[in-house]
Amino acid sequence: MTLIDLANPTKFLSLTARVLPWLAGATAILLLIGFYQAAMAPDDYQQGATVKIMFIHVPAALLGMIGWGVMSLAALGTLVWRHPLADVAAKAAAPIGAAFTLMCLVTGSLWGRPMWGTYWVWDARLTSVLVLLLMYLGVIALWRTIDDPTRAARAAAVLTLVGAINIPIIKFSVDWWNTLHQPASVLRLDGSTIHPAILVPLIVMLVAFTLLFLTLHLAAMRNEILRRRVRTMMMMRADARAGF
Amino acid sequence: MNLGPHAAFIVTAYAAAIAIVAGLVAWIVFDRRHLSRMLDAFDAQGIARRSERMNEEKS
Repeated sequence: MTLIDLANPTKFLSLTARVLPWLAGATAILLLIGFYQAAMAPDDYQQGATVKIMFIHVPAALLGMIGWGVMSLAALGTLVWRHPLADVAAKAAAPIGAAFTLMCLVTGSLWGRPMWGTYWVWDARLTSVLVLLLMYLGVIALWRTIDDPTRAARAAAVLTLVGAINIPIIKFSVDWWNTLHQPASVLRLDGSTIHPAILVPLIVMLVAFTLLFLTLHLAAMRNEILRRRVRTMMMMRADARAGF
Repeated sequence: MNLGPHAAFIVTAYAAAIAIVAGLVAWIVFDRRHLSRMLDAFDAQGIARRSERMNEEKS
């Protein structure tokens, strides 16, 4: 099967039906290993046991941004290459990206209260992530507002590409502005500043969350293809009843 | 495993993360079931897409 074959929804359904059980199994195993390692990881010398929140907060934040990145690539696929599955991929990624962004905000808030003394502060990092969640909700609303999936896809693609400007703002907000949120400690040009005893479980969780995102995204794409088939059949039935 | 004085925050964070993932999985599974039921109903009514009709005619 070549890459171009994946442009055919029927072949995509057939391929993903074979791949998804393996992906789901690998995700479950890796998540179990990650949760075990997170439970066994030593406390931080300053933050104590609350550092365990990092094992879900950081992957959720990363996947929230990657979700928008996936949607941006798909938006290019819709607007430039007119790939048949591009808007399916974009529409399926939005609720998943929104869920990971929400997870990032909730876990960050619960980490902030004992460490900073507050659940929320309007600093650049937290605010830009909240903007990301609102953009996800805006794109989901836009998809639901326009009945025709092709027109909805183009409108959502434009909004997605405009919103992509927020991703580097989130990443570099802690460098550009003086924020309460700590600066980058994992993805740095000069290497991570985290001790291996905490970094290894974090990397396992990062891979597990990435696999989880991929599994959920492929499953949601399959649903979206089926939804379009249902829509086509509803229109055919309406046409038949109207005598066309 | 001793979670110290902030155990409630740690447990709540993990519970929230698990609830969000469970919600996502449930949404995808129920959505799939709902769509499959609708497609089966169309199939029972003899409504098929053009490509499916062509495949049936070929076979």
